[in-house]
Amino acid sequence: MTSKVLEFERPIVELEGKIRELKLLSSGSQEMAEEIERLEEKARQLQRERFAALTPWEQVQLAKHPDRPYTLDYLAEIATEFLELRGDRAYADDPAIVAGMCRIGGRPVLTLGHQKGRNTKENLFRNFGMARPEGYRKAQRMFRMAEQFHLPLLAFIDTAGAYPGIGAEERGQSEAIATCLEVLSTLRVPTISVVIGEGGSGGALAIGLTDRILMLEHAVYSVISPRGCASILWKDPEAEQAAATQLKLTAHDVHRLGICDEVVPEAPGGAHRGLASTAANLREALQRHLGELDGLLARGTDALLAARYDKFRRIGHVERVAGA
Amino acid sequence: MAWWRRKKEALDKDSTQAKVSIPKGLWSKCESCGEITYTDELIQNLRVCPVCGHHGTMPTAERIAATLDAGTWQEHDTELRSGDPLGFFDSQHYKDRIEKAVRSSGATEAFRSGVGDIDGVPVSIGFFAFEFMGGSMGSVVGEKVTRVFERALELSRPAVVLSASGGARMQEGVLSLMQMAKTSAARARLRERGLPYISVVLHPTTGGVAASFATLGDIIFAEPKALVGFAGPRVIQQTIGQELPKGFQRAEFLLEHGIIDRIASRHELKEQIATLLRMMTGLPAKAPPPEAAEAEAASAEASPAP
Ligand SMILES: [Zn+2]
Repeated sequence: MTSKVLEFERPIVELEGKIRELKLLSSGSQEMAEEIERLEEKARQLQRERFAALTPWEQVQLAKHPDRPYTLDYLAEIATEFLELRGDRAYADDPAIVAGMCRIGGRPVLTLGHQKGRNTKENLFRNFGMARPEGYRKAQRMFRMAEQFHLPLLAFIDTAGAYPGIGAEERGQSEAIATCLEVLSTLRVPTISVVIGEGGSGGALAIGLTDRILMLEHAVYSVISPRGCASILWKDPEAEQAAATQLKLTAHDVHRLGICDEVVPEAPGGAHRGLASTAANLREALQRHLGELDGLLARGTDALLAARYDKFRRIGHVERVAGA
Repeated sequence: MAWWRRKKEALDKDSTQAKVSIPKGLWSKCESCGEITYTDELIQNLRVCPVCGHHGTMPTAERIAATLDAGTWQEHDTELRSGDPLGFFDSQHYKDRIEKAVRSSGATEAFRSGVGDIDGVPVSIGFFAFEFMGGSMGSVVGEKVTRVFERALELSRPAVVLSASGGARMQEGVLSLMQMAKTSAARARLRERGLPYISVVLHPTTGGVAASFATLGDIIFAEPKALVGFAGPRVIQQTIGQELPKGFQRAEFLLEHGIIDRIASRHELKEQIATLLRMMTGLPAKAPPPEAAEAEAASAEASPAP
């Protein structure tokens, strides 16, 4: 049962509540059972219809739904033997990014991802999933270790962005992110990233320059938060709904723009209303893409690296004028 | 007393009147110390205030002329133009914003790429045009930056990029974000080939440009007092809710924190880039200027053979 309900989820959740009450009161009569079944079908239909018509702003709200599963929730579902590895060996361990080794379908994998907290105390510890330079340097350490031990890399993206703070700037936030990009671009093992919630700007992309980019159905990927964009271009942070629409940040938009390779379906009503089935969909997609990348790797590491370079080389929209 | 002092005193006699009567464009006022200088003289001084040394905003055309040897600049990629892949509309259409920027800046995009010589060293080079939509990086800028690196590979030359940018261009959304990936991947190829890349960060460089190729230089130069950082100062201040320390994110701060290699004034930059590139690419030291060479020869003749 969800603890926080978004406005557009409310009619569905209320109907489900009614159904639960009826079930409690139910005397087991045939009539009542039929009524419950009818209402359950109505709830499912309501959800299907409402979720088929989500606005980009509603997608953003879903992507950062407080009940949405986070990196460690997915790892608990799809991985075995996960052991967390910590620290950047230079300054600190940044709990906003978790990393470690695990097995997926028996195969060893190096994994990492942004990690948000579920409550205030956790969020203070995790810094709301907003990493500092030491988080990105820990990530670089993991990238290199994946290469050293021939482990595929799996990155979970879920952050509002890299943390904007004094210490972060003093310790070179820009360089930390930039170096992540450079290291990933030539990493000699298959790499996959999946946006599970918020794909917020450079802090998200830092672990996302990968052979495959997957997005969960209700995840978003954006150059700037709708609110940030609204305050700059609309001069009004309250225009965030309009900004969300203009930014084309939903999983399907990002797929259409040629960036996201596959949109992974979530449980009806969103991942927070069905972690197990969402994680199962994700595991299937990950294993399929890993298999494809293995095939590419079999033709040589250079083939893998060339394909990765081409993937990003092609992204963008450029027009040409004659005679310039 | 230097000429600009005299001019200023003359003006100060009736300063209010003088200010009103200053023909626009003929005189420039230093935004740091308020000194008033002949614009022509200021341009000749690379827009560095002769009194306080403040490095004022430099139009890209002047920047190109100040960086490259005369007659060596060959611009490439001028056929590339931005489209409107998202159909972006805020208070106006993205297309219209671009047209306005083209008209007001005289540039076709926020980046100019090409080849030229720096003090005799051939380079593949690119210049951000901050006057074009704040030097923001959309698909075309990303493409051009990528081509600077790819052209360096093709020609086996060093790459040099002078950055001044507010970051990724919002109007191309996640496509702009991905230019960080594309450019950084191109930069990586240069490193693998052992070709040097020198990054010069100018005022201001933030966001997606700072967090990609601009901080990936083998050597990173900054101009005095240039503001360079991932997040803009206003965003940081809003996030942490406290005043930022004096000089925060400025070149001197970056040097102290180990983020850049050197601060070079506009008068030193070109020569220092070339000196390092010669050492990085195995070229001999620059021949001394003719007078120095003559003097050396003369002293060699004068001294008795050992
Ligand atoms: Zn001055």
